[in-house]
Amino acid sequence: MAIDSDVLVVGGGLAAVTSAVAAAREGADVRLVSHKASTLRQASGLIDALGYVPATEPATPLRDGPPTAGRELDRDEWPDPEGPLADPFEAIDGLPESHPYRILGADALREGLALFDDLAGDAYRGGHTDRNALLPTFGGSVKPTARYPAAAEAGLASDDRPALIVGFRSLTEYDARAFAGRLEAAGVPFDVAGAEVEFAEAFRADAKVTRLAKALDHDEAIDGVPAREALAKAVAPHLHDAVDEAGGVERVERVGFPAFLGDQEGDEVRAELADRLGADVFEIPMGPPSLPGLRLEDRLYDALDDAGVRFETGNPVVGVETAADGRVEAVAVDKKGRETPYGADAFVLATGGLVGKGLDSDREGVREPVFDLHVPQPADRYEWFVDDAFGDQPYARFGVRIGGDGRALNAEGEPEYDNVFAAGGVVGGADAAREKSASGVSLATGIVAGREAATEATQ
Amino acid sequence: MTRHTDDGETEEANGPDEKREGVDGPDEKREDADGSTTGAAPSSPAPGVPEAGRDEQPSIFVPDDGEVPEGTPSERPATDGGVESAAGGSDSADLDPDAYDPVDVFPGGDLDLREGADSCYKCTSCDTSCPVAEVDDEFPGPKFQGPEQWRLKRKDDHDIDESITSCSNCMRCDDACPSSVPLSQMHNEARGQFVESQMEKLSREYIRNRILSNYRFFASIASKVPRLANAATKIPGAMKVGEKLLGIAGDREFPDFATQTFREWWKARGGAQVENPDKRVAYFHGCYSNYNTPEVGKAMVRVYEHFGYEVMVPPQKCSGTPMFANGMLKDARRHAETNVENLVEAIGEGADVIASCTSCSLSLRQEYPELFDIHGIEDVSEHTYEALEYLRINEDLEAELAGTELADEQSFAYHAPCHARNQGLDRQAVETFRDVDGVELEDVGDSCSGISGTYGWKEEKYEKSMEIGAEMFEHMEDAEGDVGMTECPTCAMQMEHGTGYEVEHPLQLLEDAVGA
Ligand SMILES: Cc1cc2nc3c(=O)[nH]c(=O)nc-3n(C[C@H](O)[C@H](O)[C@H](O)COP(=O)(O)OP(=O)(O)OC[C@H]3O[C@@H](n4cnc5c(N)ncnc54)[C@H](O)[C@@H]3O)c2cc1C
Ligand code: SF4
Ligand code: SF4
Repeated sequence: MAIDSDVLVVGGGLAAVTSAVAAAREGADVRLVSHKASTLRQASGLIDALGYVPATEPATPLRDGPPTAGRELDRDEWPDPEGPLADPFEAIDGLPESHPYRILGADALREGLALFDDLAGDAYRGGHTDRNALLPTFGGSVKPTARYPAAAEAGLASDDRPALIVGFRSLTEYDARAFAGRLEAAGVPFDVAGAEVEFAEAFRADAKVTRLAKALDHDEAIDGVPAREALAKAVAPHLHDAVDEAGGVERVERVGFPAFLGDQEGDEVRAELADRLGADVFEIPMGPPSLPGLRLEDRLYDALDDAGVRFETGNPVVGVETAADGRVEAVAVDKKGRETPYGADAFVLATGGLVGKGLDSDREGVREPVFDLHVPQPADRYEWFVDDAFGDQPYARFGVRIGGDGRALNAEGEPEYDNVFAAGGVVGGADAAREKSASGVSLATGIVAGREAATEATQ
Repeated sequence: MTRHTDDGETEEANGPDEKREGVDGPDEKREDADGSTTGAAPSSPAPGVPEAGRDEQPSIFVPDDGEVPEGTPSERPATDGGVESAAGGSDSADLDPDAYDPVDVFPGGDLDLREGADSCYKCTSCDTSCPVAEVDDEFPGPKFQGPEQWRLKRKDDHDIDESITSCSNCMRCDDACPSSVPLSQMHNEARGQFVESQMEKLSREYIRNRILSNYRFFASIASKVPRLANAATKIPGAMKVGEKLLGIAGDREFPDFATQTFREWWKARGGAQVENPDKRVAYFHGCYSNYNTPEVGKAMVRVYEHFGYEVMVPPQKCSGTPMFANGMLKDARRHAETNVENLVEAIGEGADVIASCTSCSLSLRQEYPELFDIHGIEDVSEHTYEALEYLRINEDLEAELAGTELADEQSFAYHAPCHARNQGLDRQAVETFRDVDGVELEDVGDSCSGISGTYGWKEEKYEKSMEIGAEMFEHMEDAEGDVGMTECPTCAMQMEHGTGYEVEHPLQLLEDAVGA
C-alpha cells in the first residue's frame, strides 16, 4: 500500500495533536488525517483539567418512568457540584470509576499537561503549579482552569489590582458593564469597572474579530490615526472609572479587552497598548470566534511539523478498509467521492464527541462511525436524559470505552482490535461540560494512546 | 404537502413559497431527516448533530428542465453547446452580452440546500477563516453569504446581496465548517443568481468579469500570436488602458504566452511514448499549463511516463474555476459538457483523470457534481486526482525518492493553494520532498495568496488582494529559498508579482528528482 505509516491518527483537535506528537516522540512514523480544519479555532484557548466534580446521584431518587417533558422541574433534586476546585489532581478520586482520569490515573493527566507545556512554550502560563487558576471568561463568570494564554495572565481573578473591562459600542455581544457587574457579584477580590468605548465604530457593524486583529497587527490607520494609538486614546478617559470600597476613584492597573488584540503580532500589540495606557493589558478568553484558539492551533500544528508528523485536513476517514486477525490494517479515506486506503500498524481514533462528529446519533442510538467501536448506552432512548438540565445527563458521558493502555474496548471489556486506541472527546465516561475537563481529558487520553500506539507499531 | 418546521427561524424563512411546493423529492427526504433529529424528545437536549451537510447535497444547476418560475426570463437555446477541439475554436458569441441568455437559474431546479443551511450552528469558524473578511470592511463574511442569506432568500422578494461578488471562492470556509455546511456551493449558487438576475448585463463590471472568466478564450487567441500578445501586454500604458476601460488591475503583469502550447508540443512529439492498457491516465492540463506554462504539462507527461503510465490528452475546455468565481455558471456548464463527455470516454478506456492544477482538480471533483447534472459527471468526479496525489497513492514515491539527490542544491518557498487545502493536499509537496537531498521546501504558512484566480485581477479588489497576500510575501522573503513553488497557476502569478521570484510547480521538481 502506498500511503502507509507506523501510526495513523484520525482527527484534528487537541487529542489528535497530542497523541500524534506523543507517538512521534516515541520514534514512530506518524500521519494525521483530519476531516476539517482543527476545532481548536473554536475553543476558548483555555486548557481546563478539572474544575468541578458534579454529583452523579440526585439528592432524592429519580421518578420512575419516562421523563416529564415540559413539566415544572425541581432544580434542587441535584446537589451542587463540588468546586471550583483548587487542585484538580486531588479531586480525581471523587470521579466515577469509568472516568478516563480514573482509568488512566492522575499521572496521565500530569504528563499530558507537561507535554502541552512543552508544545505551547512561552505562549501559555500555569505550568508552575498543580493548582487551578481562576480566569474571568466572557460571560462574566470566573472559571477554574489549568493552563491559560500568556495574553490572559494579567486578568487572573486572584489578582487584587483594580481592573477596567473594555467593550465596544458596536460589538453588541460584548457588554463590558454587565460583565464587570457580574464579576463583582461573583465576589472577585478587586475593584472593577466596565466601559464601552468607540473604536470598532470605524469598522462595519459586524466586523469579524480577525478583521480587528489584522488592523491592530498592521497598525492600520483608523481615520488617520494608527489603530493601536486610536484604541489607547479611546480607552484612556476611562482609566479612572473604577471605584473602591470607600467610594474613592482609583486609577486601574490593568485593562481587559475582548480577545482580538492582534493575531501574528499579539505580544507587540499588547505591549504597545500597555505602554500607552500605563497599565497591564490582558485579553478575556471568549469563543467562538476565538483568536486565542486560532493562535493555539497555529502553535500546535507547528509543533506537529517539528515532530515530523505528516498531516492533512480536508477529507474524512469513513471506515475500516481491511482488518484481519483482530487487527485493522487500513482505513478508508474519502477523497471527494473516491475511497483511498491508508495503512498503518496502529491507529488512534481522536474524532471528538457528539459535536465534533466523532459520535453519530439517530433514532437507533449512538454509534462510532469510523471503526464502529462499541458505545455503551441504555437501550431505551428515554434513559439518555434526566429531566433536570443541570442533572447528570447520561448522554453527556457517552463514548467509546478504553482500557488502562488506551485501547478501545468491546462490549465484553476486551480490546476490540489489538491496534486501535482512542483519545479525547470520543472517549466516554467524562462529562466535560459540567466538569470543565475537556482539554485535560484530551491531553491525558492523547498522550497514553499516542505512546501505546507507537509501542504497538514499532515493537 | 405541509412542511416541517422546527424553529421560528426556518418557519419565517419558509414563508409562503409556492414555487417550492412543487418540488417534491428533497422535501420528502427532509421530513425524515427532521423527524429523526428532533422529533423524539422535543424538550430534551437532543444529542444529535445537524443532519445534512455537504456530503448529501443534490446538484443544483439544472438549467435544462424544471419549471420556469414567473419573473425569470424564459429559456432560449444555449449559444454554444457544441463540442469542439481543444485547440481553439470560437467562443466569441459567448462574450457578447447580447447573445447571452439568462436561464432559469435555481428556483426551478431541484436544489434544496436548506438542510445544509439548518445545520449551521453559528459557530463562526467560517468567518474567522475567511481571508476577505479579514481585510474588507464591506464584506459580511461566509456565514452571512451562506446559511443566513439562504434563509433570507426564501422570502420571495429578497435580492441577493451584492457583496457576494466580493467572495473570492477560495473555499476556506468549507474546510473550516465543523458541520459540513455546503458554504461554497451556496456562494456559487447565490453568485450565479446575482449575476443572472441582478447584474446589469452591459455594465463594465459584467463585461470585465466575463472576460476574466473566459481567460481560455483570450489565451487561445493570444497563443496564436504569442510574441505579439506578449509585447502588447507590455506596451507602456496598455494595462492602464485596461484598467480605465474595463477595471482590470493595471498594476498586474499579464502572464507570458508560450510560443509553443502544451498541446502543440504533445502533437509534435507524437503523443504518448508509453503504451500501457493497465496504467492509463487522462491529463486535464487546464488552460494555464497549455497556454502559459507548458513546462508544467511536459513535466507531468515525463514523470508519468517514467512511472510507466500511458498518458492520454483528451480534448478539453476550461475547468470552470474562474467562471464559478464570477457567477458565470452558464459558461461553466457549457465547458463542463465538453469536458465530461471527453473525460468519460477516457475513463471508459481505463484511465483516471489527472490535473496538475489544484483548482481544476477541485472543480472536477467537487463543484461539477454539486452544480451540474450532466450524464457521467459523477464518474468524472470519482476518477479525478491531482497529479502528485495520484502518484502518492499508487506508486511508492517515498522509496523512489529516498536517497535521491539533486545536482544543484535548491531551496523553495512553498505556498499551498487554498484549493489544495480543501482536498487535503496542502502538505503533500513538503512531505514528498522531505527526504530528497539537496532540496529544501519551506512551507510559507497557511495564509491565502490573495489572488484567488480572477479576484486579484479586478481593479477594485487589487489592493485587498495584495493586503491578503502580504503575509505570504513576508514569509516568502523570510524563507531561505528565492524560488517559489505552488500547484496553482494564479497563486504563482501572485507570488511572482509580490516578490519577483520565479515560481515552479512541484511536478517540475519531481521531474528533476526522478530524472524523468
Ligand atoms: C466552542 C468550543 C469551546 C471550547 N472551550 C473549551 C474550554 O474553554 N476549555 C477546554 O478545556 N476545552 C474547550 N473546548 C474543548 C477542546 O477544544 C476540545 O474540543 C476537546 O478537548 C475535545 O478534543 P478532541 O480532539 O477529542 O475533539 P474535537 O476537538 O471535537 O476534534 C475532533 C476532530 O476530529 C475530526 N474528525 C471528526 N470525524 C472525523 C473523521 N471521520 N475523519 C477524520 N477526522 C475527523 C474533526 O474534523 C475535528 O478536527 C472547546 C471546544 C469547542 C468546540
Ligand atoms: S470562499 Fe473564501 S472568500 Fe468566499 S466566503 Fe468562503 S472563505 Fe470567504
Ligand atoms: S462554520 Fe459552519 S456551522 Fe459554523 S457558522 Fe459557519 S456555516 Fe455555520
